[in-house]
Amino acid sequence: METKRVVVYLNQFFGQIGGEDKADTPPQSVAKAVGPGVGLQTNLPENCSIVGTIICGDGYFNENLEAASTAVRQMLQEFAPHVVVAGPAFNAGRYGMACGMVGKIAHELGIPAVSGMYPENPGVETYRQYLYIIETGNSAASMRTALPAMGRLAGKLANGEPIGPPSEEGYLSRGIRKNVFAEKRGSERAIDMLLSKLKAEPFTTEYPIPHFDRVEPAAAIADLSQVTVAVVTSGGIVPKGNPDRIEASSASRYGKYSIEGLDTLTAEGFETAHGGYDPVYANENPNRVVPVDALRELEKEGRIGKLFPYFYSTVGNGTSVANARKYAAEIAAELVNEGVQAVILTST
Amino acid sequence: MVKEIERKGIAVVHVCTVTPISLTVGANRIVPAVAIPHPLGNPKLKAQEEFSLRKKLVEKALQALGTPVSEQHVFES
Repeated sequence: METKRVVVYLNQFFGQIGGEDKADTPPQSVAKAVGPGVGLQTNLPENCSIVGTIICGDGYFNENLEAASTAVRQMLQEFAPHVVVAGPAFNAGRYGMACGMVGKIAHELGIPAVSGMYPENPGVETYRQYLYIIETGNSAASMRTALPAMGRLAGKLANGEPIGPPSEEGYLSRGIRKNVFAEKRGSERAIDMLLSKLKAEPFTTEYPIPHFDRVEPAAAIADLSQVTVAVVTSGGIVPKGNPDRIEASSASRYGKYSIEGLDTLTAEGFETAHGGYDPVYANENPNRVVPVDALRELEKEGRIGKLFPYFYSTVGNGTSVANARKYAAEIAAELVNEGVQAVILTST
Repeated sequence: MVKEIERKGIAVVHVCTVTPISLTVGANRIVPAVAIPHPLGNPKLKAQEEFSLRKKLVEKALQALGTPVSEQHVFES
């Protein structure tokens, strides 16, 4: 069988360059397997060989999308692989977005790509139609089940084999409809399904109705000088010492912190609890995430009526959608009661 | 979180760096921030310049709050 070339995309951590402090690493490549690539190689068919690894910092990729994409495109053209394997990213948001974009670039070059993500990773919804994203758990603890699934699917793609539906191959639905011939005609299948449903027997829908959760934009504030504005953040700014012990990842709670009488957030008084970005800049000057200093000045200038004397904070890193919604719904209910009409929500 | 706040009728603007995520998830008013570890700041600038930058970004956010939108809108600088 013809040898097929595989290229792996990794972030700075799995690419063994460094942690958050190296998240600003620009794209680079090496002509061999690195980190999880070594494990992936044993999960690929015999004729598939990893010829190179592209590594890029998660921060760099997301903050320099065009430059990073251009560099990655060029590296892929040089390696000329038959398939690209990106990640797995599990639930890491920036990594998932980067892997997804790499998949899109590969797609545009006519190269199939595979990644691995937890279903809530924003990379899934944003890029799923461009590559095959194997469903994984929400942390690297599921690496040992992710790699075999990714390797198997990547091998099939490299060798031009037909790819089955999500349920068979283990990838997340791509929203792509494929026409197949069924034994029974549609009307029969629909009646069968209805009868099962009426008898409270299990049935499988052929098409899950998509749930578009869009919210009507709130009315614009005609005159902000009459209004109380509040700050909410997912950037994890908390009083020094993190008294409420908000977790660095998968936050199980949020905090409400007083800024009464404060013109600014100081490094002595506040810090970040968020474990998903390099904390050094936020710890030096927490206003970089929760802009109390700027808002206080704008309040004095009368640009806004009043700065709400509390800000709400949680850590967005890996926090489940369900929890984030719950916290925000509670916060919003309080804000309504307090007559707050506008919110600036900052995210890292 | 942005959508839950907006659901209660409060005007909300999302100041964030990775705007594609905000767009995918469905925020209506989005203001692009500087960088992931310092969305409303730039440690390379002197303190006074950085404060000016932050104030401008916050003003952009306020402008977004005061702008009627019928669909998702990214308020670029």
